[in-house]
Amino acid sequence: MNIHEYQAKAILRNFGVPVPEGHVVYNSNLARDWAKRLGDGPYAVKAQIHAGGRGKGGGVKIAKTADEVKKFAREMFGMNLVTHQTGPEGKIVKRVLIEKGCNIADEFYVSFLVDRATDRVTLMASAEGGMDIEEVAAKTPEKIFFEVVDPVVGLTAFQARKVGFKLGFAYPQVKQAVPLLMSLYKAFVDADCSLLEINPLVLTKEGSLLCLDAKMNFDDNALFRHIRIRDLRDYDEEDPMEIEASQYDLSYIALDGNIGCMVNGAGLAMATMDIIKHYGGDPANFLDVGGGATIERVTEAFKIILADSKVEGILVNIFGGIMKCDVIATGVIAGAKQLGVKVPLVVRLEGTNVELGKKMLAESGLNIVSADGMADAAEKIVKAVKG
Amino acid sequence: MSILVDKNTRVITQGITGATGLFHAQGARDYGTRMVGGVTPGKGGSEIDGFPIFDTVEEAVQKTGANASVIYVPPIGSADAIMEAVDAGIELVICITEGVPVLDMVKVNKYMEGRNCRLVGPNCPGVITPGECKIGIMPGYIHKPGPVGVVSRSGTLTYEAVWQLTTRGIGQTTCVGIGGDPVNGTSHLDVLKMFEDDPATKAVIMIGEIGGNAEEQAAEFVRDHMTKPVAAFIAGATAPAGKRMGHAGAIISGGKGDAASKKAFLRECGVSVADSPAEMAEALLKIWQP
Repeated sequence: MNIHEYQAKAILRNFGVPVPEGHVVYNSNLARDWAKRLGDGPYAVKAQIHAGGRGKGGGVKIAKTADEVKKFAREMFGMNLVTHQTGPEGKIVKRVLIEKGCNIADEFYVSFLVDRATDRVTLMASAEGGMDIEEVAAKTPEKIFFEVVDPVVGLTAFQARKVGFKLGFAYPQVKQAVPLLMSLYKAFVDADCSLLEINPLVLTKEGSLLCLDAKMNFDDNALFRHIRIRDLRDYDEEDPMEIEASQYDLSYIALDGNIGCMVNGAGLAMATMDIIKHYGGDPANFLDVGGGATIERVTEAFKIILADSKVEGILVNIFGGIMKCDVIATGVIAGAKQLGVKVPLVVRLEGTNVELGKKMLAESGLNIVSADGMADAAEKIVKAVKG
Repeated sequence: MSILVDKNTRVITQGITGATGLFHAQGARDYGTRMVGGVTPGKGGSEIDGFPIFDTVEEAVQKTGANASVIYVPPIGSADAIMEAVDAGIELVICITEGVPVLDMVKVNKYMEGRNCRLVGPNCPGVITPGECKIGIMPGYIHKPGPVGVVSRSGTLTYEAVWQLTTRGIGQTTCVGIGGDPVNGTSHLDVLKMFEDDPATKAVIMIGEIGGNAEEQAAEFVRDHMTKPVAAFIAGATAPAGKRMGHAGAIISGGKGDAASKKAFLRECGVSVADSPAEMAEALLKIWQP
């Protein structure tokens, strides 16, 4: 799960991490008043969407006066912000953060993440702050350094000092960096983050370290123990069909193609998308109905696939292990009848009770094409859609 | 021969009184696995469908001589269940549970350091040595004893590969589902090493996914140390970057871990890579004859 920058900063503030003073607004009416409360300018006006690269798209502005804050905020609200992370369709701005500006002397990069190679939380830092870290990693990997954190003792002061000195800080800043980095680590662990990224961490002309931007992603599997974080979920930032699917424990991701897929198991679902592409088609979605799909869930999966107007055909690929093929067949027939599926429907069933399942599909009176194996299924649906 | 499990493996089920735990304990027993009991705190001393229940893993091990445990405990208690099994001296712990928090697994991983125990999973289908021992949720009948080792992050995609082998008359030594999570107990590399050391395994199918670099590490082992032919498939060629495809581990981040680069590297290392998931068995047969 992702949250907005202002929400991440509020969490970090509670952990004692230095972040700029600021306030989020939901329309431009009070923008000037909130700016005035922050004292004299300059101010930063920042569009709040779940995507990076906002500055280049016009989503971050520096205002000299409170009047200018209001002007920028008014321009931002309702604006369709397109960045390299939003895709060409962009995202509508509905929240704007107003912050007290600061005098930046230098910018740095700091993040925490779970490194799969070491199975540990790792602190990643670079003096190349404010830039896209992926670009730094690609061009000058030697400018990024790492500290692997022992999960028993946590990030130690000496590790934080090492990072501070490597970033080129003078000793007064190293002393500030130690509690800052240790607090970031504590926030990461306490909130079950999957990523905590500060880019940039700035050194002000007055000599203070400050987290100017903050990105927090959370481990979905751990949200059961973080009710307050769960409440920060912004449904406006998510695909409505993905939200709908998640309510039925279906894992769904919309894609650009025209062949809807319904599969059990994440690996097989990905492989099904791949084989559609392999035969010259384009998958419209990733959809994993899970191991314990019921008739209700299969019907719901059909609804979600059909709600996508781009879908011109559906491929159902089920390897029933524990899940019996006759149950799947019942669900497919019920769903297809109830929703009046008009697009070509190819079903590939394998596993327990497969003969019974196929017989039920054949006798259903519906226009269902049965397939033997994945290749046959993919060929048939691609052909059906291309006509 | 086989790896990890065989007809002598004595298995307990942690979470045996849950619907899922009991269902699969029964299924494993029907397959012929020596399912010697189960653990559910507070229900020790009772019995469920002929399985004796114990309050703690320690007690279960003392009374049954179990050397393997399979975990169906919900995510909130999975990490604790794994550590309890490790502490009780269980040699092989298989965690089926999906949805275990990553940071819990980081702690488990640290806890297991220096202890004589192997963890498979979490979020995996389990391990099966056809004809001898099935631990997990895979359908037993699709397997057949034979010479091919199978290792995979995915459940149903493993069944797909196994089925392709079985329908061609080719059996398997052992099939290992290592699970789709970013931090797990056993890697592709670990399993390849075991297959290389197992005289009965003559060839291997490895199924990978986008995300991480576990497949690349395994491929380096194939190139440098493996004498047996290896075929592979990498799922997720069509997955867009930054989107998590069901498995928490299956995400392309920062331009790394995409299917094309993984496939290219595997080929460089001498692995026969299937372009289509329907051709996994064929990719193996291109470089090996049973």
